[in-house]
Amino acid sequence: MITEEVGERDKCLDIFRPEPATLLRCRQMTRLEKWFQFRLDSGRALGHMPGQFVEVALAGIGEAPISVCSSPTRGDTFELVVRKVGNLTSALHELEPGEKVGIRGPFGSHFPVETEAVKGRNILFICGGIGLVPVRSAIQYVLDNRGDYGRIMILFGAKTPADRLFVEEMAEWQGTEDVTLLETVDRRDAHWTGVEGVITTLIPCIRFDAQETVAIVCGPPIMYRFVILELLERKLLPENIYVSLERRMRCGVGKCGHCQVNGIYVCQDGPVFSFAQVKDVEEAL
Amino acid sequence: MIKIVGKDALETWVDEVIARMRTYGVQAKGDHFSFESLRRAADLRLDYDVTILPPKKYLQPPRETLLRFSGAVEYESVFDEDPFVIFGIHPYDLEAILQMDAIFEKDQRDEHYLRRRSKAVLVACDVETVSENVFAGCMGTAYLESGFDILITKIDGGDYVVDIQTDAGRSIADSLKSAKDANKKALAARREVWNKNKARLRRHKLEVPLEELPALLEAGYEHPIWEERAQRCYSCGSCNLVCPTCYCFDVRDDVGWDLKHGVRARVWDGCLLAGFAEVAGGHNFRRNRADRYRHRYYRKGKYLPEMIGKTACVGCGRCITACTAKIANPVEVYNALLEEKDDH
Repeated sequence: MITEEVGERDKCLDIFRPEPATLLRCRQMTRLEKWFQFRLDSGRALGHMPGQFVEVALAGIGEAPISVCSSPTRGDTFELVVRKVGNLTSALHELEPGEKVGIRGPFGSHFPVETEAVKGRNILFICGGIGLVPVRSAIQYVLDNRGDYGRIMILFGAKTPADRLFVEEMAEWQGTEDVTLLETVDRRDAHWTGVEGVITTLIPCIRFDAQETVAIVCGPPIMYRFVILELLERKLLPENIYVSLERRMRCGVGKCGHCQVNGIYVCQDGPVFSFAQVKDVEEAL
Repeated sequence: MIKIVGKDALETWVDEVIARMRTYGVQAKGDHFSFESLRRAADLRLDYDVTILPPKKYLQPPRETLLRFSGAVEYESVFDEDPFVIFGIHPYDLEAILQMDAIFEKDQRDEHYLRRRSKAVLVACDVETVSENVFAGCMGTAYLESGFDILITKIDGGDYVVDIQTDAGRSIADSLKSAKDANKKALAARREVWNKNKARLRRHKLEVPLEELPALLEAGYEHPIWEERAQRCYSCGSCNLVCPTCYCFDVRDDVGWDLKHGVRARVWDGCLLAGFAEVAGGHNFRRNRADRYRHRYYRKGKYLPEMIGKTACVGCGRCITACTAKIANPVEVYNALLEEKDDH
């Protein structure tokens, strides 16, 4: 075996080699979720679009696919929210500012916020739990290009009040003109005065012109069925409903086979799909 | 160039190659055959029926180092570019390698596979002995007229036709230059071997025309056969393990005693194994055995053909032999889908 001299050309060639990024800031958000802000050591911006993901590596532990939660409109840093569920994510939670991770990507498809399919229309964001993480990138993008879109409606559901993410930022969104934000929790606590119930309870509370509205939906697998049914009943077209699928995206480059959904590779063809693209794909939803 | 040589001359040439470079070839292993490091030509068994594992193991090793690291983000790519020769690849296994080439080249080039592959010299041989479960004759892989660097065919009378088609082939075949050119008669005898193999490598008979397989599968998603057969599946992944066209992998880190140095490696994985589609937090997107079982046949007969334009089952029959529960025969599965269709 021979080891390659590290050269710029070879860095591009090896689809498995991560590039270094430094942790700038981090903050615990909930018991399990932590927010991180990184910058690539090369100084270049990540170059992602809302909804894309990166493979985050810690040498000796491994790699995991993580959605980018910040918008490319917000400078040359990028942000991730990581739920502590396994070896890699637990180790990520231990990182201190100044420490480094390896990054590959960005990978996959994105919420098409920059296209004519979305521009000029109302956008209905529906997020369950950490489904808000990739969608936040799209919300920031849309708010930063506010003139390009119609009304903005955000529905967010968390298991309990303690599981809510981006609480301060949501308050900001709520205070923005032309933005409607509604929240619910599956189970209230002693302090919660808001809505209680699953996310679909919020959908009847909003009005929109189905012809002029695009929905961006992200949440746990079970949520999609119920939310999409509601949206179809409200006459939203399948091609105007976008979903982001979670799968085991091991390699990120369409080779390893783990993220395959029938004939589709989620890491390449997704993770963002229109409902029209996946409604007849049996394993998708 | 196409030469004709006797057994002795063939062995002399193989020994010359062994002396020059890393060489693998088919050898007896107990009652079976296996691709192993070849030390002398006399050990090479071109008369084998089928090997336990396909030669894929040299192109995509069961465990393959991708990166070496020496700190948090100090990664070096590791490529294996040491030339080697594989002697005795049957046409169906060659076809599987050609498919892997297409897959690892497609869209995002996988340099780890492709660089190793570019240094491999593939010496194919036509089938002499029909194995227990081969059905390459039904899959268009009983013989191939190209795709190899060199093809060896034993013809009637005991001589070998050696067809050297590429620069890589010529680079190891210097000493054959002086051998006799294969004449028309020898080429006709080789054609006879091909025709015979096309007819006899059919221990199982696929009733479905290959080009109709994707449409048949498209219609058969809810067929009871998936559930019925999967009920006997042990989810052991033996079918994946022995398959020449299975290439799915997992990626793992191995760290040294200092917790600083180590490697990132890929290892073979299999879609029949229970945890294959499981994500962090425990949700499994293909939890049911029947879903995993069906996925394998769809991948071979529909998904990969849609991606690379070829049926991703080459008819080697290894899965049929390897399956403890005797449910892995692709021909039985595809024929059953056809019967159901005809009933309607």
